[in-house]
Amino acid sequence: MSSYIPNTDADRRRMLETLGLDSLEELFEVIPARQRYPHLDLAQPLAEMEVRKLLHGLAEENADLDHHPCFLGAGAYHHFVPAVVDCIVRRGEFYTAYTPYQPEVSQGTLTSIYEFQTMVCELTGMDVANASMYDGATALAEAGLMAARVTRRDGLIVASTLHPSYRQVLRTYTQGIGLDIREVGYGEDGGVEFQQAEQLLDEGMAGLMVQYPNFLGSLEDLLPLSELVHAVGALLVVCVDPIALGLLRPPGEQRADIVVGEGQSLGNPLSFGGPYVGLFACRQKYLRQMPGRLVGMTTDTTGRRGFVLTLQPREQHIRREKATSNICTNEALVALAVTTYLAIMGKHGLRQVAELCYHKAHYAAQQIVALPGYERLFGQFFKEFVIRTPSPPTEVNAHLGERGIIGGYELARDYPQLTDCLLLCVTEMNTREEIDRLVRALGEIGSGA
Amino acid sequence: MTEPLLFELSSPGRVGCRLPELDVPEAPLPEKLLRQELALPEVSEREVVQHFTRLSQLNFSIDTGFYPLGSCTMKYNPKLHEEVARLAGFTEIHPWQSESMVQGALQLMYELQQYLAEITGLPGVSLQPVAGAHGELTGMLIVRAYHLHRGDEGRSVVLVPDSAHGTNPATAAMCGYEVLTVPSDSRGNMDAHELERVMDETVAGLMLTNPNTLGLFEEHILQVADIVHEAGGLIYCDGANMNALLGIAKPGELGTDVLHLNLHKTFSTPHGGGGPGGGATAVTEELTPFLPVPVVALRQEQETGTRYYLDHGRPLSIGRVSGFNGNFGVMVKAYAYLRSLGASGLRQVSENAVLNANYLLHQLKGYYFLPYDRLCLHECVFSGRSQAKLGVQTVDIAKRLIDLGFHPPTVYFPLIVDEALMIEPTETESLETLDAFVSAMRQIAREAETEPELVRDAPHTTPVSRLDEATAARKPNLKWEG
Repeated sequence: MSSYIPNTDADRRRMLETLGLDSLEELFEVIPARQRYPHLDLAQPLAEMEVRKLLHGLAEENADLDHHPCFLGAGAYHHFVPAVVDCIVRRGEFYTAYTPYQPEVSQGTLTSIYEFQTMVCELTGMDVANASMYDGATALAEAGLMAARVTRRDGLIVASTLHPSYRQVLRTYTQGIGLDIREVGYGEDGGVEFQQAEQLLDEGMAGLMVQYPNFLGSLEDLLPLSELVHAVGALLVVCVDPIALGLLRPPGEQRADIVVGEGQSLGNPLSFGGPYVGLFACRQKYLRQMPGRLVGMTTDTTGRRGFVLTLQPREQHIRREKATSNICTNEALVALAVTTYLAIMGKHGLRQVAELCYHKAHYAAQQIVALPGYERLFGQFFKEFVIRTPSPPTEVNAHLGERGIIGGYELARDYPQLTDCLLLCVTEMNTREEIDRLVRALGEIGSGA
Repeated sequence: MTEPLLFELSSPGRVGCRLPELDVPEAPLPEKLLRQELALPEVSEREVVQHFTRLSQLNFSIDTGFYPLGSCTMKYNPKLHEEVARLAGFTEIHPWQSESMVQGALQLMYELQQYLAEITGLPGVSLQPVAGAHGELTGMLIVRAYHLHRGDEGRSVVLVPDSAHGTNPATAAMCGYEVLTVPSDSRGNMDAHELERVMDETVAGLMLTNPNTLGLFEEHILQVADIVHEAGGLIYCDGANMNALLGIAKPGELGTDVLHLNLHKTFSTPHGGGGPGGGATAVTEELTPFLPVPVVALRQEQETGTRYYLDHGRPLSIGRVSGFNGNFGVMVKAYAYLRSLGASGLRQVSENAVLNANYLLHQLKGYYFLPYDRLCLHECVFSGRSQAKLGVQTVDIAKRLIDLGFHPPTVYFPLIVDEALMIEPTETESLETLDAFVSAMRQIAREAETEPELVRDAPHTTPVSRLDEATAARKPNLKWEG
């Protein structure tokens, strides 16, 4: 018997006797006899020691970032996670609790969600934020659906500089509803091609969706875009890198209507792509069209402050097919990591992380551009930038790999016009020595070595 | 005294984390694009740890007590999983790293896909959905893609039993379907006659939970499958209750075409206070081409031998459903669980979960009204209607249980039972715990008769008493404004 099952044979006998049954099999007679007790061809059970060893073995098959300088970003970022964060999310009282449906015994989770909502609003400059979505990509897709609900229109314009996977998820999410999704390209500085956006935007469009800084790393002023969008009664949806918002003007100050983003960088490891957490914030006037859970402050019968899940009539368990989304379980524990991270970093720490990223990325870009055969594309950037490489990017990455360096994202995957380009990412985790190593390795290629 | 908020603890100049000095020359900042203000709290490390530790102590959790929340499968979460999921070889890998650098991670995912296929009897598995409802969305988009691929464009309706989770109709609506509700019969099954009446060529499929939310196995499942399939529809099974069927039956052999699993229920990855979850979705061979991209696949190569890779070349796929590969950290825990248990251990899980539920059903019968009096599977559903007649509602019973040291069951669900109390003990609780819970429930039944106000005023022992939810909704205060 597995050690996770406490009852003994004697316990089971007693319980069966109480039920007036002779065997466990009698509990399952309702299952059609021919389909009952199928053979399961699974690996033999292992003891804890053996499972541990097996998992260590699999983990060691992977080249981890503790041992390899990494210049790969493209939506998932290697940032520092202070020890405090894991110490908090590892508390059984948090990670073995369920959704806080019984507020009297869930004030810990509820309070932390309220703090999360507050800090997401502060970062993005928006009025209200929910308790989290699955990840950045699904948060964006939900924002598309919400824009269509709010405006009662079925067209969306999406910047081609929005994360390619996010655009795919948006198409997946909307294929049943049938939204008309069109893409707007980018200009020389890497920002949205303004004239094309102007042509595409009409009164059938629910919104324009852009990324800030965008997938190619470029920074752009969102105000002209929001003016353009609002002129036709559509919404501006902005997908953010929350680390960048430690430094940059928030979309809320640039009249964005919905702001979403991937919260992984705020206190969570890369974990091969998940668990991550979607940030979702919007203007107060759209509150009742929001997807996902919301926590509100209230008082108990004696006037003490407390927190509860609120505005639930938007949600699936009350509204069923009329709900704003089907989302139920979200990413509460990852959101707790975000809350803890933002608390420990605080006002000055987050700005400092953002500045470290900015300066180091610019140092790296400057050094690389000085190499023969390399060129940087587009205008202002934050921590990611595009370089044109003298050899095919696949070969460049292979060369870096041989030197133990994890190279950039090969843009050929999504942008046919950028087949000779790599998207590089530099964060506070990259020391000058690592950057210099990268530059030296790139130099070897440039010089034909 | 409730715990102050971070913003109330904040004091100008306090620092929580010291970062390294800049080791490269400064670059000019883009002045026009800088933010002026960032009102995050300023607190020290000591205060952050104290704050969140104190908050944690305000929570009920599996690690601190019995959590018989129906349909949520709040089983014990093995500590080994937490340890192995934090190995640097799993946490410190980037989702875009080249496949040759992450063979261990891909192998784990590939094997987990295989195990889940074997357990469900459905050969195609995607690990990309990150929650149950996300798996539902994936599954129903697959149903839609299947019909459209066959040129069958007239199917606009999805059938959902009246006992279903709210996520089912919400999902169907997100996929563009009209929802038609099918009633339950007097034994708690979906009404097969009614199904036969409404099933036609406009129906894309049926979303069925089996065992259903009453904790009852659908007695006509094979007939139901025939009715749906004969009219060209597909059966989506909500696998939230799979903890009843491990090694007992394979949904794929009971006519299911698509099924989602909740790794955070059945496969013992923790709920985390509401995620992260894992909503792995399994389908028949025929539906495999429609699975989200990428899926993890295996090929033989001359030089390197076996090689795992992410297969993106699937032209009929519904597309991606999340940004990367799904909740990999959750998969590591589910994988460790399956390697610990094996086939024999899985069958023991369901046998013990079902025995525990029937034991509670038997011991509480006579104290609470049992709307469907038959053997249950992993959970049992009572009604508090006898107590309600005494002026004690189900919500009061739930709150009184908190005083007595237990997390309440799921209440007011399923919707077809008035004053519902849905109790799921799971296999990881001992007979002693079950007996203590039975005593508490019987005590409350007595109190409802003798001291109803004691129950109505509960809980008496919690950091806050009942909260004013009406005002919270009428005047929403959703963030701290000082």
